[in-house]
Amino acid sequence: MAQTKEKKAKKNSKKAGSLLEEVGISEELALDLLRDMLLYRRFEEKAEEAYAIGKIGGFCHLHIGQEAGAAGCIKPLRSDDYVMSAYREHTQAIAKGVPPRAVMAELYGRADGSSGGKGGSMHIFDAEHRFMGGHGIVGGQVPLATGIGWKIKYREEDTVCVVFMGDAAVNQGAFHESLNMAAIWNLPVIYVVENNEYGMGTAFSRVSTTEMVKKSCAHGIPAHVVNGQDVLETYASFRDLAEEVRNGAGPQFVDLQTYRFRGHSMSDPVSGTYRSTEEVDRAKKEQDPIALLRDILMKEDLLDSDALDEMDGEARTMAQDAADFADASPKPDREALYRNVWAEENEHGRLFFDGRDR
Amino acid sequence: MAVMTYREALNEALREEMERDPDVFLMGEEVAEYDGAYKVSKGLLDEFGEKRIVDSPISELGFTGLGVGAAMAGLRPVIEFMTFNFAFLAIDQVINHAAKMHYMSEGQFSMPIVFRGPTGAALQLSAQHSQACETYYSHAPGCKVVTPGTPADAKGLLKAAIRDDDPVAFMEGELLYNFKGEVPEDDDFVIPLGVADLKREGSDVSIVTHGKMIHVALQAAGKLEKDGIEADVLDLRTIRPLDMDAILETAKKTNRLVYLEEGWPYAGTGAQIVSMIQEEAFDYLDAPILRVTQADIPMPYAKNLEMMAKPSADHVVEAVNKVLYR
Ligand SMILES: Cc1ncc(C[n+]2csc(CCOP(=O)(O)OP(=O)(O)O)c2C)c(N)n1
Ligand SMILES: [Mg+2]
Repeated sequence: MAQTKEKKAKKNSKKAGSLLEEVGISEELALDLLRDMLLYRRFEEKAEEAYAIGKIGGFCHLHIGQEAGAAGCIKPLRSDDYVMSAYREHTQAIAKGVPPRAVMAELYGRADGSSGGKGGSMHIFDAEHRFMGGHGIVGGQVPLATGIGWKIKYREEDTVCVVFMGDAAVNQGAFHESLNMAAIWNLPVIYVVENNEYGMGTAFSRVSTTEMVKKSCAHGIPAHVVNGQDVLETYASFRDLAEEVRNGAGPQFVDLQTYRFRGHSMSDPVSGTYRSTEEVDRAKKEQDPIALLRDILMKEDLLDSDALDEMDGEARTMAQDAADFADASPKPDREALYRNVWAEENEHGRLFFDGRDR
Repeated sequence: MAVMTYREALNEALREEMERDPDVFLMGEEVAEYDGAYKVSKGLLDEFGEKRIVDSPISELGFTGLGVGAAMAGLRPVIEFMTFNFAFLAIDQVINHAAKMHYMSEGQFSMPIVFRGPTGAALQLSAQHSQACETYYSHAPGCKVVTPGTPADAKGLLKAAIRDDDPVAFMEGELLYNFKGEVPEDDDFVIPLGVADLKREGSDVSIVTHGKMIHVALQAAGKLEKDGIEADVLDLRTIRPLDMDAILETAKKTNRLVYLEEGWPYAGTGAQIVSMIQEEAFDYLDAPILRVTQADIPMPYAKNLEMMAKPSADHVVEAVNKVLYR
C-alpha cells in the first residue's frame, strides 16, 4: 500500500513531490482529504442554519475547525475498524461511512436518522459502519472503547479501535482507569484527545498542571503529538499508528492539537471571558485545516481555483441534499416510543410501569 | 416582596449564606469565570474571589469527594453539578460516603454539604441529559432531598440546605431558571426542610407533586376548574424529610389523590407516597391513587416523541377523571 502511494506521488511534478512524498500521500488521496473536509464543513454549516430556524434542537456541538480530526484520523482505517467518540461527532460518523443523510436526519430527529431520531446530535450510532457513538457524558466513552479493544483481542481479530475524547475528559477517573487496563492487557486501542485547548469555557491550562502529552506516561502508553490542523500529518500518523497497533504494539495515546472555531455548543458564545475574539480570528485565519491543505495543493499545482470551486460546489450540494432528505423524512411514529427499550419483549413478568397505553 | 427569577433567587441565597459564613464555598464546573453553566453563580467570583468560588476540572467523582472530605473536616461546601445527569459519576461519594458518615462514626462527623444543580429534562437533550434523579438520592438514609419549584422556595430552601448539618441533594430545574416570582426580602428568609406547601386549594381531588411539576399540576388544576373540579395542589418541596402530615391532611380532605412526578414510575417518589397513604389513611380513600410520570423509557430526542414521553397537564387531567370515576 505505502509503496504504491509513494510511486504515485513520485509521478507528480517535481514541485509536488516533496511534501506529499515525505508523508507518503498520493495526489488523489490529498485531494480526497480536501473533498472530505469540505463536505464536513458545509454539512455542519447546514446544521448550524437548521439549528437557527429550529429544525434541530437540544445541544448541537460543531466540529468546525477540527475537521482534520475526522478526515485524517479515520480515512486510514479499515471499514471493520471501530471508531467511538463523544458528542462532537457528526463529521467523524460521516468519515466512518455513515451517510450524511442519516446523520442529518438524526439531527432533525426524524425516522430515517441513524438512530431513528431517538438519539439526536450527541448520539449518532451505526453498527454496520462500526461507528460506536455518540456519547454525552464527558469521558464516558473511554472505558467503552477499552472494552471494544478487549473484544478485539478476545476474538483474536486484527482490527483496531480509535476513540476520541476532548481535552477536558482526561481529568475524569475513567480516563486513567481505562489507560491502565489497556496497558496491562495490551489492548489495540488508540486514545485520541482532540485537544482544542478548552473544555467549554475552561482553558486546559487552568485544570491541569502537566501538559497533555504526559497524561499517558504513568501508564507506560506511548504518546504522540500530532498537529490536528495539518490533515496530511494527521493522516500519516494515524496510518502508521493503526498499522502498528494492528500488529500488536498495544495501546497508544495521541495529543491531537486542534482548535474549535465555534462556541462549545450552538447555545454557547464563540468567545468571551474565556478566550478573546482575536484569538479565535487568528486561528481561523492561520489554522484552518481546509485552507492549509488548499494552499499546499495550490502551491504544488495540484489544485486551481476552478477545481476548488467545483469541489466546494459538490460539498454544498451534498450538504443541501442531506438537509432536504432530513426535512422530507417523517417524524418517528408513536410506536417508536416504547420500541427498543429492551432487546425483546419478555414472555413473563411486566416490563413497563407507567400505566400508559403503548 | 421582590420579583426575581429562580436563578436570581438561588444566586441571592448563595451570596447571603457566603456572607454569613466564611466556611461556605462553591465548587463545580464553570461556576467561576463562566458564571455557571446556567449563570446561577453570576457575579460571585468578583465578590468572593477564587478561593471561595472555584472552577473544578471535569472530575465529578473527585470534586464531590473533595467536598465530602472538606465537610468532614469542618467546612460547608456547596458542590454544583452542571446537571445531576453528570452526578452519576459522583453518586458513590454521595451515598457511600456523605450519607453514611454520621452514622458510621456514631455522630463524630457531621456532613454539612449541599450538592446542587438542575435535574430532569429540558428540551430535546436526549437520553443521557434528561433524567429526573431525585429517587436515587432519597433512597439512601442519611441524605436529604430538596426540590424547589418557585423562586421563593428556591431561595428559602437553599439557605436552609446550606445551614443544615446533613448532606442535601438540592435539585433545581433547567426550565425553571428563568421563571419569575415573588421572594420575601428578608436576609433571614429560611424555609425549613420537611414542610410541604399547599400551592392551591380545592376540595374534590388532591394533586401531590414536587419540583418543576408543580407548574404542570397547577396547569391541570386550571383546566379542571373550568370543568367544575377543584383540586388541592400540594407541593412537597422536600422529598426527604417528607411532610407526611400535609399529605395525609389533603388525602383525608379530598379522599382522591393523584401523584405527579417527572421521573420514572418504578420505585419512584410516588410509589413511596402511595404506600404511605394506604398504610396510614386507607379508610379515607374513595379511589385507588394514581400516578402520573414520565413514560417508562429513556428520554427520546425527537421533539414529537419527547412531548409524548413527558408527563403533561392532560395526563394529570385524565388521571384525575379516573380517580373521580368520571
Ligand atoms: C460528566 C460530564 N460532566 C459535564 C458535562 C457537561 N459538558 C459537556 S461537554 C463539556 C466540556 C468538555 O470539553 P472537552 O472534553 O475539552 O471537549 P470539547 O467540547 O472541547 O470537544 C462539559 C463540561 C458532561 N457532558 N458530562
Ligand atoms: Mg476541548
